[in-house]
Amino acid sequence: MTVKLSDKLFKKDLEQVPIRSGFGEGMMILGKENPKVIALCCDLTDSTKLGDFAKTYPDRYVEVGVAEQNLAGLGAGFAHEGFIPFITSYATFSPGRNWDQIRVSICYSQNNVKVIGSHAGISVGPDGATHQAMEDIAITRVLPNMTVLVPCDAIEARKATIAAAKLNGPVYIRLAREKTAQFTTDATPFEIGKAYVYREGRDVTIAAAGPQVYYALQAANALKKEKIDCEVINVASVKPLDVETLVASVKKTQAIVTAEEHQVTGGVGSAVAEALARNFPVPQEFVGMPDHFGESGEQSELIAKWGMDSKAIINAVKKVLKRKSQK
Amino acid sequence: MNIRELETKANNIREDIIKMLLAAKSGHSAGPLGMADVFTALYFGGVLKYDPKNPQMESRDRFVLSCGHICPVWYATLAHAGFFPVKELGTLRKLGTRLQGHPHHTELPGAENTSGPLGQGLSQAAAMAYALLKMKKEPSRVFCVMSDGEQEEGQIWEAAEFAAKYKLRNLVGLIDRNNIQIDGYTEDVMPLEPFADKWRAYGWHVLEVDGHNIQAVIDACNEAKAIYEKPTVIICHTIPGKGVDFMEYSYEWHGKPPGPEEAAKALNELRTLGGKITSEHQ
Repeated sequence: MTVKLSDKLFKKDLEQVPIRSGFGEGMMILGKENPKVIALCCDLTDSTKLGDFAKTYPDRYVEVGVAEQNLAGLGAGFAHEGFIPFITSYATFSPGRNWDQIRVSICYSQNNVKVIGSHAGISVGPDGATHQAMEDIAITRVLPNMTVLVPCDAIEARKATIAAAKLNGPVYIRLAREKTAQFTTDATPFEIGKAYVYREGRDVTIAAAGPQVYYALQAANALKKEKIDCEVINVASVKPLDVETLVASVKKTQAIVTAEEHQVTGGVGSAVAEALARNFPVPQEFVGMPDHFGESGEQSELIAKWGMDSKAIINAVKKVLKRKSQK
Repeated sequence: MNIRELETKANNIREDIIKMLLAAKSGHSAGPLGMADVFTALYFGGVLKYDPKNPQMESRDRFVLSCGHICPVWYATLAHAGFFPVKELGTLRKLGTRLQGHPHHTELPGAENTSGPLGQGLSQAAAMAYALLKMKKEPSRVFCVMSDGEQEEGQIWEAAEFAAKYKLRNLVGLIDRNNIQIDGYTEDVMPLEPFADKWRAYGWHVLEVDGHNIQAVIDACNEAKAIYEKPTVIICHTIPGKGVDFMEYSYEWHGKPPGPEEAAKALNELRTLGGKITSEHQ
């Protein structure tokens, strides 16, 4: 069963919304629903989309200044007192700069802290490599007790935010800055630990997370003309990973491409490879950053140059199909 | 307890520290011995509000140990305070123990935080103080013990700014100013002085006490209650290895345990108060 996506999926007027906006909306819903939810931010209130929460719930909003290590420690302390803190910054700084605090004060301590890393991926663009978090999935998913979510659009980010608050334990949510195709709907299912088949196909599986899910659908649509039938799976829940859904898919297709805006080392592709190696190994190609730092440029230029767009996925599909045929 | 009884308690805690470290065959000696009087003041001198039968009591004061490596003194104190049996102290650092080499609070009654990597405690303590003061509006206080070498970590100063900005008057930092760290004396490794001035500049009320004068530590904690507009830091001047002659003042004893002969010597010294008592301990 595939899921319900936007009616405008491949239309020109498909809405483009920053993924981080969905987080802001989710926080407003949580603010109303749950008095235990609080937000902390490091001098980036508006760019992490916490402005409305800060104005509406000033007593539950804590400005921390540019101090991400303290941010993580404060989150742990608030969680210890029974609150559900969302600690927010850019992903390069949190979980980038404060990884040890997240490891010890949050994960090992089993503190119920939600780490929100905004402006992740190369699509943050002109700010350059220093601000392009391309390692955050690797460094969070390696931590015991941590849940890692990579929503594909603003609507899914809203659902992930609300789901994270309901889960008792540390969660990392990765957000992107730039406008991204909003192609899921309110009715599209989302659950921590579940992967969803967004398009059924027989020839190859494409497992993607973040903005690359839409690129995967575009790639599948283009490959249809070449009579290549792709199955597209959204693995927004990178940890825990829905191994069952992935294995069922590759048993059918016998080949997989993973796609993400992250280093190919340690990210979504690695998580999928680890699971399939144990359960049902098939040829796999990895779409992601090829062990390199980014650079300044526009979003579309960067994902094209560094091979994380639909064209890169198409090439990877052809490559993996060749390997599959040689098996 | 009167002061004489408190001094005896501190001495008993020191004996347990030596026994624990001997059995564990690894761990830190100097810091725990040096802080035994401060911990005694806090837990037995009427400073901390706690209930060992109900460790999560909402109205308890929070005690955060930031420099996790001195945990033998914390474990011994918690055991003496009734949070768990004293005989469990012998399990320090052994497989399956609740007394991890560096403290892990989810398994340990009476502990509020996990620590080891330096500099992480004050942030957590500050958040607890903020939550109690501004959100829960509870009168509980938060105490955070730090080491002096730990002050070289930047996170301490991030947390110091935060606590001062939000005027966390219910937060008290206690710093073990024993002037040693692993590589040598603090002022040789990375000078901290003018130490009190730094804390003052960060917006804290600063007190300095003899960390072996139990009454002075109690008085300083009480004085901190009267400081309304600032958090307070108490710089506790201590002698590393206090109570064991051959360990005192020596940074070599920062991170190693006594062997059997050294432990026997140390225990004899503690039991005879440096040879002043000549009775059954001879």
